[in-house]
Amino acid sequence: MSTDTSATTSISYREALTQAMREELDRDPNVFLMGEDIGLFEGSFKVTRGLLREFGPTRVVDTPISEAGFVGIGIGAAMSGLRPVIELMTVNFAIIAMDQIVNNAAKVRYMFGGQVTVPLVIRMPGGAGHQLGAQHSHSLEAWFTHVPGLKVVCPSTPYDAKGLLKTAIRDDDPVIFLESEGLYAKKGPIGGPDDLVPFGQAAIRRSGSHCTIIGVSRMVWVALTAAEALAAEGIECEVIDPRTTRPLDLQTIADSVRRTNHCVVVDEGWPECGLAANIATHVYEACFDWLDAPIVRVNSADVPMPYAHDLEQSALPRPEDVAAAVRATLAREA
Amino acid sequence: MAEAPVPQDTSRTPTGADTDLMRQMFATMHLIRTFEERAAEEYMRGNIGGFLHLAIGEEAAVVGSVLALRPTDPITSTYREHGQALARGSEPRVVMAELFGRATGLCNGHGGSMHLMDRERYFFGGYGIVGGSIPLAVGLGFAISYRHEDGVALAMFGDGATNQGVLTESMNMAKLWDLPVVFFCLNNQYGMGTAVERASADTELFRRADAFDIPSRRVDGMDIMAVYQAVTDAAHHARSEQEPSMIEAIAYRYRGHSMSDPDRTRPEEEKARWHARDPLMTFERVLLGEGTIGAAELTTIRDRNAAAVEDAVTFANDSPRAPDSALADNVYSHPWTDDPRGSALMPPARP
Repeated sequence: MSTDTSATTSISYREALTQAMREELDRDPNVFLMGEDIGLFEGSFKVTRGLLREFGPTRVVDTPISEAGFVGIGIGAAMSGLRPVIELMTVNFAIIAMDQIVNNAAKVRYMFGGQVTVPLVIRMPGGAGHQLGAQHSHSLEAWFTHVPGLKVVCPSTPYDAKGLLKTAIRDDDPVIFLESEGLYAKKGPIGGPDDLVPFGQAAIRRSGSHCTIIGVSRMVWVALTAAEALAAEGIECEVIDPRTTRPLDLQTIADSVRRTNHCVVVDEGWPECGLAANIATHVYEACFDWLDAPIVRVNSADVPMPYAHDLEQSALPRPEDVAAAVRATLAREA
Repeated sequence: MAEAPVPQDTSRTPTGADTDLMRQMFATMHLIRTFEERAAEEYMRGNIGGFLHLAIGEEAAVVGSVLALRPTDPITSTYREHGQALARGSEPRVVMAELFGRATGLCNGHGGSMHLMDRERYFFGGYGIVGGSIPLAVGLGFAISYRHEDGVALAMFGDGATNQGVLTESMNMAKLWDLPVVFFCLNNQYGMGTAVERASADTELFRRADAFDIPSRRVDGMDIMAVYQAVTDAAHHARSEQEPSMIEAIAYRYRGHSMSDPDRTRPEEEKARWHARDPLMTFERVLLGEGTIGAAELTTIRDRNAAAVEDAVTFANDSPRAPDSALADNVYSHPWTDDPRGSALMPPARP
């Protein structure tokens, strides 16, 4: 742990990301930022605030609205050794760039026999909860996690947002960096310039012996809220934040489930072929003999996200849904 | 079909051109022709799997464009790219071994015919999604510009790719950001089985560049000197003016889209007409007529290429198959596990 005073300062998730980019831009001249409205406008969510002024238009590049095009340009630049950090305004627009991400970024190293690397980061906020309707509310962690060749990062705290983004920028492989719109204002301590958070190491956010809850990104906080409520009933949950879904730290998850013998997985994406389904399968394969009851998944409803506030809230995983899932799995115990 | 009017500058003589270069042009075109005709045979023998897209008939466009660049100018291409690799100097035996899926292949047998790359020679690869590699070339041009180098990136794509949105996006950003990029459209007049006029509202594909105020022109893609001159000019323009340009080279592929296409829909009369303009045959006539090259030297070149291709097939046949132990190589830069059957990144939980 660095002795940097910022380690104890309370900083927002948004500002933690800005700091990570500022430090890496300072450290490595091959790092540059690219995206829609990230320079003059300072980012749709203001994550790149001040960076154009500090680093100039060569390092902070405003693009036209051409997601497939500039993601492809970033991949080409990365293939020749630069380290682009691309911002997609939201995860929803990654769908337009999916050919570039899946067919090029994820595959060129493999299919060309290791002759090139793609040290590229694609940052994008996602998640629902702001009444943005069906086309602006996606959680696509599962889509990206499906693809060999990509690494997928889902920070839930300011400390991890900064430390994981720095790791992502220094990584030699393409990293999909999924930020949560609902967490940008969340405050907490952050690390100093040398505090990197490694990929593939889950964090245990709360200890408990009755049930393991695995939550991804903002769902970590939903799980923690549920765990507090359950504690009042005498149910102690262990909350695990995988931090990266590819690689996934299955060891930490399995160790926990083998202690608690119960497991609930919470992910904001859809249930079918989803992240929770995938994590649950891993847990079944690793922990079948330890489980006292079936794993319960908590996902968003299997519908396009509705606009109306109450409907949207109903569609999203809420703490009470998680608490109910925990009670259900514990009730199955003979 | 209403064929594209091609500017055929038959008066263009290679007088004054570098005779060594012209010999190299002929030798390279002939090598590619010989290599691909043999590849077709090996495909029929079952030694080459998957798709095999041959550029037979398009050699002038391929070689003229590649040789007009500096060896350090990056190139991206389509899946019809054996010739681009060979023109850049990749060894025929290593290319053939890749087609055979052998460990000694250019990409260790992980790429195949559609995915050749020779990074050392700045050939940045063949890609299987139509249009998908174009922004990569613009990215390579972006990196050249970012580092204040004097290279030029060449994006090679077919007529079919001009109807993909990503070309429009790429051209816009290349022009907007003053990038040294040459958009090289090798128009072989068919996107698989669909003729250009059945796919494109405006068949003068080079005019797509007008929308971005990018200079563009059409050349006879069967005439290697015309292609060479056009790409030389475009590369010079990119280097000196930091402005992209576009070239549309009209050519014709003699075979079907791939080896699995029996090519029954294109008119025989049309094929015959283009065969009569065969780029090797016409260039050979020019060279012999000019006295640039003698009949004996032509024979030497042909024999040398035949031997190189024979050697390539022998080498590929004798090479070890890509081993199972390499299955998960290069999915990531630093694999987590060396278990080739497991995930390249995800370690299983210990029991």
